[in-house]
Amino acid sequence: MKNKTGKKRHWYDYLWIWSIIYFSLGFFNILFAWLGMIDFILPLIFAIVGGNKWFCNNMCGRGQLFWLLGRNLKCSRKKPAPKWLSSKWFRYGFLAFFMTMFGTMIFQTYLVFSGANSLRKVVKLFWTFKVPWEWAYNGSIFPDWVAQFGYGFYSLMLTSTLIGLIVMVLYKERTWCSFCPMGTMTQGICKLKNK
Amino acid sequence: MRKAVNDINRCVACGVCCKECPRQAIEIYKGCYALVDTGVCVGCGICEKACPAGSITVSDTEEGR
Ligand code: SF4
Ligand code: SF4
Ligand code: SF4
Repeated sequence: MKNKTGKKRHWYDYLWIWSIIYFSLGFFNILFAWLGMIDFILPLIFAIVGGNKWFCNNMCGRGQLFWLLGRNLKCSRKKPAPKWLSSKWFRYGFLAFFMTMFGTMIFQTYLVFSGANSLRKVVKLFWTFKVPWEWAYNGSIFPDWVAQFGYGFYSLMLTSTLIGLIVMVLYKERTWCSFCPMGTMTQGICKLKNK
Repeated sequence: MRKAVNDINRCVACGVCCKECPRQAIEIYKGCYALVDTGVCVGCGICEKACPAGSITVSDTEEGR
């Protein structure tokens, strides 16, 4: 099958389906949130080993989903985003913020691991709003910290997707990509590699 | 000649332009920025409309064919 621009379609053009499956799985069982690590590790491997952004450019399901909803389903105003949103200081600032939040999440996981805290079955949206999510976990063969990481990671994934959807509606389809921490990080690595 | 010109200091190398270009005139150079092959570009502006960072624009350039 060919698309509008006459390019051949590949299996990885359908990875937007993976984004939907990911959130659905995590809705029913929070342990599936761990699968999101693939979307963290793969782009980094491409950048560190290959020195490219092949992940962003070809196989990011999230980017594809924003394009599909924004362009094909016309859910985007397609207006240029404010310039500061894709400026270097905002992009690297957001990356730093994101990494800090990632670190906090790892620390929460550690607290459950060490027994200082007990497992909290909530998904935290926008790093602020706690949404009860207890149906997604009823114990497993794994220790509690594994589930805690799941909740933390799922919160991060859901929050970033929601931010992405908001900027998709307000601005261009893939505005999220202009300040996505993974995108910034992989481009940064590529730039360092090609110095 | 109207051609796509990319501000490589703004470009986030997301590859949206590259994906949408009907002439396949764009490549993401080493994961750093979008590089336009001005010999292939027809100045249609599809990339400009797609770019989320407002970094690629179609404008008059000296170097044409
Ligand atoms: S910038 Fe982020 S959302 Fe966009 S394609 Fe890359 S990893 Fe995916
Ligand atoms: S102006 Fe048209 S042909 Fe030229 S690079 Fe952009 S999308 Fe491709
Ligand atoms: S769409 Fe814009 S930001 Fe993305 S690679 Fe092309 S020129 Fe760069």
